[in-house]
Amino acid sequence: MIKMKAAEDLSKELKEISVAEFFEKNRHLLGYENSTRALITIVKEAVDNSLDACEEAGILPEIKVSLKELEDSVFKITVEDNGPGIIEDKVHLAFGKLLYGSKFHRLRQSRGTQGIGISGAILYSQLTTGKPIRISSSTGKKINTIEMLIDVVKNAPSIISQQGESNQKKWHGIKIEMQAKGRYIEGFQSIIEYLRQTAIMNPYAKIIFKTPNDHQHTFSRVINKLPPKPKEIKPHPYGVEIGILRRMIQTTKSKNILSFLMRDFSRVGKRSATQILKLAKIDNKKKPHSLTHDEIDKIHNAMHLVKLIAPPTDCLSPVGDEELKKGLEKEIKAEHYVSVSRPTSVYRGMPFSVECALAYGGDLENTRRVNVLRFANKVPLLYNQGDCAITKAVVQTDWRRYGISQSFESLPNGPLAILVHFVSAWVPYTSEGKQAIASYPEIIKEIKLALQDAGRKMKLYISKRRRKQQMKMRQNLFEKYIPEVSEGISKISETSKEKIRTGLEKILESGAKKYEKEDQD
Amino acid sequence: MKKKIRTKEKIKKLGRKLVSDIDNGKNPSMEIPIRSLSNTIFDKKIKILRLGDKTSNRYFFNISHIKKFVQTIEVAATTKELLNVNKHLSLREVYYRIKRTIPDSNINIVDDQSESNKAIEDLELITDCSREQLHINANKTGSVAGNVIIRDKGDTINWAKLGSGGWSIPSNVEDIDFKKVNAKFVIYMEKAAEWERLHEDKLWEKLNCIIMSSQGQATRGVRRLLQRLNNEYKLPIYVLTDFDPWGFYIYSVLKFGSISLAHISDRLAITDAGFLGLSGDDIINYDLKKYLIKFKDVDLKRLKDMSNYEWFKDNNKWQKQFKMMKELNGKVELAALSSKGISFISDVYLPEKIKKKDFIK
Repeated sequence: MIKMKAAEDLSKELKEISVAEFFEKNRHLLGYENSTRALITIVKEAVDNSLDACEEAGILPEIKVSLKELEDSVFKITVEDNGPGIIEDKVHLAFGKLLYGSKFHRLRQSRGTQGIGISGAILYSQLTTGKPIRISSSTGKKINTIEMLIDVVKNAPSIISQQGESNQKKWHGIKIEMQAKGRYIEGFQSIIEYLRQTAIMNPYAKIIFKTPNDHQHTFSRVINKLPPKPKEIKPHPYGVEIGILRRMIQTTKSKNILSFLMRDFSRVGKRSATQILKLAKIDNKKKPHSLTHDEIDKIHNAMHLVKLIAPPTDCLSPVGDEELKKGLEKEIKAEHYVSVSRPTSVYRGMPFSVECALAYGGDLENTRRVNVLRFANKVPLLYNQGDCAITKAVVQTDWRRYGISQSFESLPNGPLAILVHFVSAWVPYTSEGKQAIASYPEIIKEIKLALQDAGRKMKLYISKRRRKQQMKMRQNLFEKYIPEVSEGISKISETSKEKIRTGLEKILESGAKKYEKEDQD
Repeated sequence: MKKKIRTKEKIKKLGRKLVSDIDNGKNPSMEIPIRSLSNTIFDKKIKILRLGDKTSNRYFFNISHIKKFVQTIEVAATTKELLNVNKHLSLREVYYRIKRTIPDSNINIVDDQSESNKAIEDLELITDCSREQLHINANKTGSVAGNVIIRDKGDTINWAKLGSGGWSIPSNVEDIDFKKVNAKFVIYMEKAAEWERLHEDKLWEKLNCIIMSSQGQATRGVRRLLQRLNNEYKLPIYVLTDFDPWGFYIYSVLKFGSISLAHISDRLAITDAGFLGLSGDDIINYDLKKYLIKFKDVDLKRLKDMSNYEWFKDNNKWQKQFKMMKELNGKVELAALSSKGISFISDVYLPEKIKKKDFIK
């Protein structure tokens, strides 16, 4: 009895640890483990939200990011978009409550999913500076500005000040300002690199970045059309985890379990639903809320045994191979670009698709290390490269077949940039930091197929280029030797040097023409 | 003088051929006999190595030929100049004469002397003129002593009166006139150390012979001098080397010619040269087994290759030597004879061998 009592007390205490509190203690899970990465994460969360909001509202995004160092290693971060804005009475909830989001309970391709991101950034800001954040929002009418903090224990926003002002210019969007401790760098893993890669993947967005040193970088818009909006789909039974199934059963509006299966899942008709329930030995008429854990387990098992059509694949919105190429062209000055879009495929009941693009030569000649740009649902992945399915697929691809050097089981070498974009309604990240894609065999296989396809296209260019280079080298070598050999032959044959030289030059020229012709054929 | 005109003509002919190629819009090329074991033929009748008739074309407009092509032209131009002013250059000097970097490039006409040496040998083949005729000299690496008087460039030289060093043999011995040759045979030895031993012991006086050496493989000047003494004075040539595959090969080259100089074997080979020692039998008879230095893998491989050479394959005497050498599995140096006594080689070994006519041919 005493033991029971203690357990009850303990669980009471447990309940009082809010999600916000938990993340305050485990901030490394969200990408705040060091001061450099913290700044990148804050910018990333705000920009991802802005892009998602603009796309959803059908607005071509224009995003302004600025960083200013207020005092030693304390920065003011401002992100402003031209999105639809948030209505006045929801602003504080959208930013101040973790797991409050529009994206978690649906299955659709989007950047954010969990409703943790921006609130995590606010928590970090609060934790390192104690200062409230400032959010201005407008849907086109008046501009509403609040200052708020997050009450860590209650997982709720606490508003400090609120004011409205008139909006002459009919501005709409959100502007968020916060202060946070951090370290600003430029380079391989940095805010600039994150924005540059974002610009590659979102060529229809304009992004302006003002650095702490007052430099302004403009990533321009090269496409004036938004990609089609991804459709929302219901989950496919093969891809549902037991936990998600439980939550779906708890929140469903269906009256009985049979209609729950038919209404809340894709590709489940009356026949399949009946079959599932028969296998699970559960009555069709049973109310979903009355199911025990054991019964839910049985349904979960049965769902995987019934034969079902693969999930619909029209729910994804890849960037498109041409657009991808344009994005890459504007940020990486190379000699040649190729891109490939793979048809939609399925891993564990979840539709996904892979796009990839390669850039070769040009500015890339200076970096002997191949640049692998990884993206999931248009978001650049800067960290945990080694754990990512994309990196594994790149390493496993035999690049030497395409004229690119590579040591055994490592990244290829040469003036090459490899861009891989993974698109899915549900991206299987390896951790909450969302920096690496889990290595499901189906995923690795699709990425490899995309890379091989792109590799073959690039090979055509590389071999042509190599032939041209060799040709040029040969020409050069002959040209250098001609004056020398003319002198020698002139001496031993007692013939004019000029005559020999002109003769040799003529032969060289006609030979070069012949080679060129062969090259065109 | 006639020879010189012929050499000049040959070089000019090469130049004219190239000019005609160029005039006809053809890729200029020169035809060169291939120098390799595969194009070396052992002439069973006269028992020397000859160059086969396989040739290859060397083109100017060919990435893998161009460097050698230009080197050959450079050497030809240098030779022409030498013939015009009637002077000679050494191999090393020719290398420096043509060595330069093409302006605005990192291309060197020659990177090291082995390349210019090869180009000179190629030119010999193309023009069918020897290096000597091309006015190019090798280093002096040989010494000789004996009762011989010669005339060289107007000087009279007595090989018996040149102190401890003897006469150093030039690379070109074509223009030497023999005035008096008083000797019954010639001993050629692999090592200068042995030559000095025999010279100090005045062996040439005792046995009325000529002693000659160069360091290691006999140079062309030495070989030509030996051949001339053999041809013009019918002096037998006896070869003295260490007991190892490399020593045997020195004898092989002297007698049959070498693969790299197969094209001039008839001017160098001494078809009746005899091998004096050290033989496998000497090792037993003179109790030298205790001085064996164990063979390495390369030595055994060389021995195996040599025993398969066409000119040794059917020679029982030599096959017996190869077999003994394989069984002894080690080499014995000439210097080991000194263990028997300071002048054992001149007092006992050589007189005995010559007296018994103990030669292998």
